[in-house]
Amino acid sequence: MLREIRPAIVLLLLLTAVTGLAYPLAITAIAGVIFPSEAQGSLIEKDGKVIGSALIGQEFKEDKYFHGRPSATLAPDPNDSSKTVPAPYNAANSGGSNLGPTSKALNDRIKEDVEKLKAENSSQPVPIDLVTTSGSGLDPDISPEAALFQVPRVAKARNLQEAQVRQLVEANTKGRFIGVLGEPRVNVLALNLALDGASK
Amino acid sequence: MTAIGWFQIILFCAVVVALVKPLGWYMTRVFNGEATFLSPVLRPVERGFYWISGVDESREQHWLTYTVAMLLFHIGGFLIIYGVMRLQAVLPFNPADQAAVAPDLSFNTAVSFLTNTNWQNYGGESTVSYLVQMLGLTHQNFLSAATGMVLAVALIRGFARASVRTIGNFWVDITRCTLYILLPICIVYSLFLVSQGMPQTLGPYVDATTLEGAKQTIAVGPVASQVAIKMLGTNGGGFFNANAAHPFENPTALSNFVQMLSIFVIGAAFTNVFGRMVGNQRQGWAILAVMGVLFIAGVFVCYWSEANGTTALQALGLSGGNMEGKEIRFGIVASSLFAVVTTAASCGAVNAMHDSFTALGGMIPLINMQLGEIIVGGVGAGLYGMLLFVVLAIFVAGLMVGRTPEYVGKKIEAREVKMAMLAILVLPLMYLGWTAVAVVLPSAVASMANAGPHGFTEVLYAFTSATGNNGSAFAGLTGNTFFYNLTLASAMFVGRFFMIVPAMAIAGSLAQKKSVPPSAGTFPTTGGLFVGLVVGVILIIGGLTFFPALALGPIVEHLAMNANTLF
Repeated sequence: MLREIRPAIVLLLLLTAVTGLAYPLAITAIAGVIFPSEAQGSLIEKDGKVIGSALIGQEFKEDKYFHGRPSATLAPDPNDSSKTVPAPYNAANSGGSNLGPTSKALNDRIKEDVEKLKAENSSQPVPIDLVTTSGSGLDPDISPEAALFQVPRVAKARNLQEAQVRQLVEANTKGRFIGVLGEPRVNVLALNLALDGASK
Repeated sequence: MTAIGWFQIILFCAVVVALVKPLGWYMTRVFNGEATFLSPVLRPVERGFYWISGVDESREQHWLTYTVAMLLFHIGGFLIIYGVMRLQAVLPFNPADQAAVAPDLSFNTAVSFLTNTNWQNYGGESTVSYLVQMLGLTHQNFLSAATGMVLAVALIRGFARASVRTIGNFWVDITRCTLYILLPICIVYSLFLVSQGMPQTLGPYVDATTLEGAKQTIAVGPVASQVAIKMLGTNGGGFFNANAAHPFENPTALSNFVQMLSIFVIGAAFTNVFGRMVGNQRQGWAILAVMGVLFIAGVFVCYWSEANGTTALQALGLSGGNMEGKEIRFGIVASSLFAVVTTAASCGAVNAMHDSFTALGGMIPLINMQLGEIIVGGVGAGLYGMLLFVVLAIFVAGLMVGRTPEYVGKKIEAREVKMAMLAILVLPLMYLGWTAVAVVLPSAVASMANAGPHGFTEVLYAFTSATGNNGSAFAGLTGNTFFYNLTLASAMFVGRFFMIVPAMAIAGSLAQKKSVPPSAGTFPTTGGLFVGLVVGVILIIGGLTFFPALALGPIVEHLAMNANTLF
């Protein structure tokens, strides 16, 4: 058994160096050359400043923007670091609500949100993704239904024709990959950027 | 449920099955020490490794030596992870200035990665540095996966060989597995993931100013290189807290599909390696069929339940299924399928929050793990887990007709059956035992995030996941406490090594036996009867052990949900 000790140390160190250092560092170098934008996090710049990532949702509250899904992410409480406070779309601490199907807190929250949305637009059924939090709390997308649901509010806030806004939604709707995988979706940040461009 | 949803599921199964033979062929060559198309490049590296570490590649080991070598290798691995976590504050590659990780959390995480569990009591982007992600976690993702694979190969050799005392050389197996199988696939795979939008950078977290003028700090890092092996090695520990639900850790529907494939592909191909090594590929297909039956049943229940949503949602006029905790780009079907895949294998990555699944939808991942993660299973671990059930099923069949049972030419006798039972019984002892302890300790109960039966399910899920070395969670449970850090670590340790040692004992005992040629009285182990028998044994043993616990958790919660009772 004693002769197994040398490989247990030396081989471990060799394999650790290969898989724990050489491999990730080499991939970092290669990816930085062939996919520079993706490797950095698909960042979007406007006037030389980073305004976010194409893949990471951000919080929208103003009427003139399309809103994303509710987010359950948290941040440390500034007054007491042992506690946390809600901080929607905190991209440095992803996570979901983790509330279960029989949770009273979850059902109260959804009920409240449904009522708010019904007051905003009573002509269409409330899309479920606008009242449920995503797994990451950073979902960049909403369903096409959820975007169309918000068209009247956004059009009114921007003094635009509803048809014009609807057209923007359709132009920013992505289908399933090769028509099969995933679900149709609208990237909220991309849509809002397009909207800002159209309103100028 | 929709037609396009089922089409995605069928497509997934078809691609997995299509990959079984070619990958099985390649892996068999690697483990048999034969040359492959990568040998011109890798063989000199491999020989260099043996030379430096003093390994004689022609010398084979007895099962005990093989097992001891594996355990020694793990002691060193533990020290590396624990060390870099405790010292991360003074080590390089720490742009977010993470402080040293607490001793109990470091201990839990080290055991967790060593045992291929990858339970996340740590928060990823909010707890550990890039160096820990690479040198601690990525490296052990490779080595714990390779360990599972080589142990399965050792067990297969036990079945395939006759009248010998040795089952291979651990050092040779682990080196070849890492260099020829895991590393080449991961290099291609991680670059594909970057092309889909996964970050791969050593730069600091990005500060952005959103369209509405708010500040947003965006965590990035060397994500793709870790995620590739996290999936391929069925490790599952996330770079980010939200794991594969995080848009950076799973950017597109395509990356999601490929990630699911990569969880299953090595485990499924192992059935073919088994078939090839014992000299009849149909033996492998029969085992894959057993896995397939159990898998499809789980997918059906989970998808159906999630697509139905909950009674409370329906009462509010919301349709489209249970979207709480799920991402739009995956939707109901890809989230349900992922949940079944990740727990059928012992991966534990999640692309949706299992804690927010419906009662029955969340019960399927729980059952998958409680059955011992033998439906494809962890890389290697799934196969040796499944072979333990096969030994039992063959034993039961032998009892029915009053003959000494045989499997692929080996007589199954008292020693094998005892060892198989030991491995199978130790799992429920851990997850039921620790759950029982936790629910009577007020401090442990305080960790539950949900009240009512769902809170109980959170605790049961945690210990099941730890024992099964899965690592997925009903993540509402606050697991980063002294009690859970230590008890979960013990469940992970026992769940891994009390399965491995008996399996290796079986390997050693089988290798010494003579091979008996099949006769008219031999029970054929390639047909439908065999498949049905193994499925039956798995469900009966499983049902008897954990049905009472399920009745207290998800089943009663489902009834409460239908009655519109909230907690």
